[in-house]
Amino acid sequence: MLVSIARRMRLAAAAAIVLATGSASAQNDAPVVAAASDLQFAITEIARTFRADTGMEVRLSFGSTGNFARQIREGAPFQIFMAADERFIAELHADGFTPDEGDLYAVGRVVIMVPNGSPLTPDPELDNLAGMLAAGRITRFAIANPDHAPYGMRAMEALITKGIWDDLQPVIVLGENVSQAAQFALSGNAEGGIIAYSLALAPEVAPKGTFALIPEDWHEPLRQRMALLNGAGEVARAFYAYMNEPAAREIMERYGFVLHGGE
Amino acid sequence: MDWTALWLSLRLAGWTVILLLPVSVLAGRLLAYRQFRSKGLVEAVVMLPLVLPPTVFGFYLLVTFGRNSPVGELWQSLFGHQLVFSFEGLVVASIIFNLPFAIQPAQRGFEAIPTEVREAASCCGMSPLRSLWKVELPLAWPGLMTAMVLTFAHTLGEFGIVLMVGGSIPGETKTIAISIYDRVQGFDDRGAAIMSAVLVAISLFTIAVTFWLSARVGRRLS
Repeated sequence: MLVSIARRMRLAAAAAIVLATGSASAQNDAPVVAAASDLQFAITEIARTFRADTGMEVRLSFGSTGNFARQIREGAPFQIFMAADERFIAELHADGFTPDEGDLYAVGRVVIMVPNGSPLTPDPELDNLAGMLAAGRITRFAIANPDHAPYGMRAMEALITKGIWDDLQPVIVLGENVSQAAQFALSGNAEGGIIAYSLALAPEVAPKGTFALIPEDWHEPLRQRMALLNGAGEVARAFYAYMNEPAAREIMERYGFVLHGGE
Repeated sequence: MDWTALWLSLRLAGWTVILLLPVSVLAGRLLAYRQFRSKGLVEAVVMLPLVLPPTVFGFYLLVTFGRNSPVGELWQSLFGHQLVFSFEGLVVASIIFNLPFAIQPAQRGFEAIPTEVREAASCCGMSPLRSLWKVELPLAWPGLMTAMVLTFAHTLGEFGIVLMVGGSIPGETKTIAISIYDRVQGFDDRGAAIMSAVLVAISLFTIAVTFWLSARVGRRLS
């Protein structure tokens, strides 16, 4: 009995070693792009055409801009940072984490989006939202966390402009980033939310509800800047340059981003 | 289905088990046999990861292993890359948050060995190492096996710390749990459902196997 137990332990150990030392996947050399969540669908598509056009590959990581900035400061091995707010790039540049101040690649917009079957009707000036809120018909309303997600900050500013930020407090739910806010808003557990225009236009999201663009001057502009990070390699540089190619610009425009020529 | 993420999680769990096995034997045995003054404190420290939120560990790991910390700098100069946001960083985090799962069951396993048996082994002239290998390990085996399986399964399920110190890098730090989270946010409900089901199946299988094995061992020992 003892022998068989000892053998079994060795077997288990061998299995663990095989698991642990197994070769890492082949794509592990591809540079990692840290992209703001509003780019979830647009950049995934661009990365696909980039691979088809150039044969080169990038890996994508999506999250909130503020979290990525924090992670980059702690040494995260990203090679490109595509922020939803240029202030984060400027701060990283000031502290020496990027070789230059990067490029403005898009200006984003926010929309109010409500799921199918919600009592809310989306309108640009949020009158319906204000009315329904006063009538106590809103139980949950989702935005991204304004503490570290730029789309959350802009949503908050728009709601302050409308004058309903304080009244909305009891029902507001915060997503960790704008993708999660969209998920919350459209899951059927909330009456709606303020999310990125680029997400509302995505084929995966659009059928789930209806939306209206909130006036651009109701909040600070969502000037989205990207930058190469220190140590970026050839492939990362190629992808960075690719963002200015017609193929990439066409995709960005389709997702509702306003582009600036060669700024 | 994100096979890269699943494979990454399995590798992470495998490494954690390998590195924690000796710790589990040594610490479990020490805590089972020895009496010392600060034993209560040591046992409490071992249990901490069970009660503290992963964010507390995530925060401490970021601060102690980040690029500006002495540990982070040492690691950078030795291996040329950062410890946080790397697979090695996840292994370190995983070892720390699995300590209770690796040590507790092992300690119980060693405690279950009657003192007379160990005394008999040393009376017969067995060295402590030989006694460990020939007498104690075979008897404490169910405890150790439980420890390793729990560690393995718990690593597959860890989410909070990985989210904070991982950075969701595909093939590097994007575990299956993170991948499911990303799929949900990407409105890919089907992908999330498939991966969740796979994870349930693997975890259930792993734990069922331990129960089955320890039941068999229990029968044989009695």
